[in-house]
Amino acid sequence: MGKYIGQAIKRVEDQRFITGAGQYTDDLVLPRMTHAYILRSPFAHAKINGVNTEAAQAAPGVVAVFTGEDVKDVNGVPCGWQVNFSSTGETMREPKHPLLVHDKARHVGDSVAVVIAETREQARDAAELIEVDYQELAPVVESPDALKAGAPKVHDDLPDNMVYDWELGDKAATDAGIAGSQHVVSMKIRNQRLVPNPIEPRSYIGQYDASRDNYTLYTSSQNPHVIRLLMCAFVLGIPEHKVRVVAKDVGGGFGSKIYHYTEEALVTWASKQIGRPIKWTSERSEAFVTDAHGRDHYTTAEMGFDGEGKITALRVHTDANLGAYLSTFSTAVPTYLYGTLLQGQYTTPAIHVSVNAVFTNTTPVDAYRGAGRPEATYMLERLMDTAAAQLGMDPAELRIKNFIPPFDGVNQPGYQTQVALQYDSGNYEAAMRKALQLIGYDQLRREQEEARRQGRYIGIGFSSYIEACGIAPSAVVGSLGARAGLFESANVRVQPTGMVSVYTGSHSHGQGHDTTFAQVVAEHLGIPMENVEIIHGDTEQVPFGMGTYGSRSLAVGGSAIVGALEKVKEKGAKVAAHLLEASEQDLEFADGSWTVRGTDKSISFGEVALASYVPHNFPAGMEPGIEFNSFYDPANFTYPFGTYIAVVEVDPETGKTTVKRFVAVDDVGNIVNPMIVEGQIHGGLAQGIGQALLEGAVYDESGQLTTGTFLDYAMPRADDLPSFQVDGNVTPCPHNPLGAKGAGEAGCIGSTPAIVNAVVDALRPLGVNDLSMPLTPQNVWAAIQSA
Amino acid sequence: MQVTMTVNGATVSQDVEPRTLLVQFLRENLNLTGTHVGCDTSSCGACTIVVNGESVKSCTLLAVQCDGAEITTIEGLASNGTLHPIQEGFREKHGLQCGFCTPGMIMSSWQLLQRNPKPSEQEIRHALEGNFCRCTGYDNIVKAVQWAAEQSA
Repeated sequence: MGKYIGQAIKRVEDQRFITGAGQYTDDLVLPRMTHAYILRSPFAHAKINGVNTEAAQAAPGVVAVFTGEDVKDVNGVPCGWQVNFSSTGETMREPKHPLLVHDKARHVGDSVAVVIAETREQARDAAELIEVDYQELAPVVESPDALKAGAPKVHDDLPDNMVYDWELGDKAATDAGIAGSQHVVSMKIRNQRLVPNPIEPRSYIGQYDASRDNYTLYTSSQNPHVIRLLMCAFVLGIPEHKVRVVAKDVGGGFGSKIYHYTEEALVTWASKQIGRPIKWTSERSEAFVTDAHGRDHYTTAEMGFDGEGKITALRVHTDANLGAYLSTFSTAVPTYLYGTLLQGQYTTPAIHVSVNAVFTNTTPVDAYRGAGRPEATYMLERLMDTAAAQLGMDPAELRIKNFIPPFDGVNQPGYQTQVALQYDSGNYEAAMRKALQLIGYDQLRREQEEARRQGRYIGIGFSSYIEACGIAPSAVVGSLGARAGLFESANVRVQPTGMVSVYTGSHSHGQGHDTTFAQVVAEHLGIPMENVEIIHGDTEQVPFGMGTYGSRSLAVGGSAIVGALEKVKEKGAKVAAHLLEASEQDLEFADGSWTVRGTDKSISFGEVALASYVPHNFPAGMEPGIEFNSFYDPANFTYPFGTYIAVVEVDPETGKTTVKRFVAVDDVGNIVNPMIVEGQIHGGLAQGIGQALLEGAVYDESGQLTTGTFLDYAMPRADDLPSFQVDGNVTPCPHNPLGAKGAGEAGCIGSTPAIVNAVVDALRPLGVNDLSMPLTPQNVWAAIQSA
Repeated sequence: MQVTMTVNGATVSQDVEPRTLLVQFLRENLNLTGTHVGCDTSSCGACTIVVNGESVKSCTLLAVQCDGAEITTIEGLASNGTLHPIQEGFREKHGLQCGFCTPGMIMSSWQLLQRNPKPSEQEIRHALEGNFCRCTGYDNIVKAVQWAAEQSA
């Protein structure tokens, strides 16, 4: 542990948030700003025969009204990942996702027209005056229905609703492995659709400056540079240097604010048409039908075992619902972030997965906290607990029997999986052992027995997860179809006074980068943390950035900062050597000073900084100033892992589940700030437990989202959750300079199956062997009744 | 319609449309943007403020209903530059991440501690049921409120 790295330092960004001084996009007011309201389709699937905006145009305060006809020649928002058909090699189907539709609406909430007015209320009032001639069409809602013969087509110009078919792994070996197994566990697994619901709704302001012919987009985004790239190069055809994208404080994202949304391009485009800034802020009901959703898989899985309980093979087929259009990351989620994780923590010798991704008349689906990895983990860990029950083995023992042995990636090589990835380092049994010890497993099983005798239903559920984070090596993702590299950049500017400004391409929307990144800088330069300022979220200030998602900020963004710091120290040493009249080789750098080895001749970082900007006696060839950029492209993904154990009690009379205890043992590599890591785990656990017990987006047959408000979609509340018992081990990442793996998604990936396994474990004596999420009292009660 | 109220100690008087919500009045007329809007069903609690000593969701009131009222928002909770113990508690116990729910969460916690200076964990969880946080899992929010309660003891 260092002076800064490894310390639970309180967050420096908190001051503005606890005093109400945060600056979220909707808080900004620009001169002459107008307000946009978007008229959305109330139908899941409807032909648009005409849109009459006459009355709206004439309504009080209205500045402009645009419809699909007006943006017909503007490109749609693109998808960032190309996944080809495995069967034919054909390119995935990628229909246009227009800024406003003109021919037909393809999901409830599809954008039909935009009204721009002096106030938000005037825009909304005027939108009510727009007459749209809709001709309702039959919709298709669930993915298994989308491929049936005669299913309604979401996109008329495509042959069917298939986006792509995709497979990975050795099919012949897997089929043989399953066929030769002593025991096969087969399950149908539904991973229900979720709505991310960051508490800040999306908000954008587009501003065109005619005098400079340039644009500014203020956006609640997780990755401003990517938005700029996609919007400029693919949608609006504006040179990138003419667009500044600013994402100041952002109120949570969880994936849903990664993507380039139509509204961003729309307010930017329209601001030029009207010559005034335009703000659009989503209402919550609007967010429910327009923020990209998560999950939505239908899966069949078979896992084979030999007579000793060793896994022999895993065969999986998944139908993945991508909604009406391809959102930015959507195509990568059920493939490269899912199929590649099916090795889990186990030595499974043969794995095959096939995926059909389909269009439906629903809100687009994309990465939501965990993105593919929760779906993979849920399936694997449900299979493991079910297998343990069927084989009559303890679920912990079955896992331990199948764990990959420890490897650190330095003395032992990484672990080559059957599904393309090579794990960097892992020690799976250690995490399991620690979790067993923390929960007091043996005693707990005795208590469970005792409770059962008293007619109380206590259950213990396990989950041993692995994830691929630190997204991602550009060469690897490029070969997989990513249309961008997933490196990160940093700029370290040493000011003349020795203060340090760091411009990072990572984006903080709750992760606390102002603190953790400053800890990294202070540690490396031996200067006080107060002397460091972290700047992010502005394409005009930061050189470039791929943004924050996939638990990548510290592992990739932090590594880029370290790269720039190394260059700073290198230059500083040259300047110090000159000033000390010593040779560079004789200098050592510690505690913020360069010292001539074996002497008391020393010069501080601040003095070197000042001299670099007042270079009165610099030798020829030595440049003034100290400022360096670094781009970091990781050598591999990082692979955090852990074991979670949930203890629940179920009331069989009401079906209500109470989470009694939750132990989480995570190994996320080296930790810069344990307080912040614990906070990230907590938040992930809440979302994962939310999926298990409460949350679920439900569409009716007509394609209406029946869970379209917070009154109908159950968000986890304070009294739904227990206090968490969080602990961890450290197996450093062997391939990045910080040894960090990432902690943003772990909790959300590992917790869901632990809870469901616990509830099933509680109810096995009643004959319940499987349950479908969310485990609402009604669902659980019904399962008990029909058992 | 003309409304007059005291907001964070200062008297304000403005002409508003009758349909203006109190939260809109605070954010748009007074530029007090610390009070946030997270939903349209009075569910999330991001807009929680204190009106005449009671915490309320400011999206459930019209500005005109608050004529003559005394209002405290997150911007008015610290006194003379000294943070309120609840604000300190949220920083001390890492009770916030993105910060969006935080003002409402702090104002609801303020009400709880007014009524119950020594709440149990369950009482805190129950009292904050009307405030959503998507980031923290609530565990550290509970600890923040407990910390604040201890300071005032």
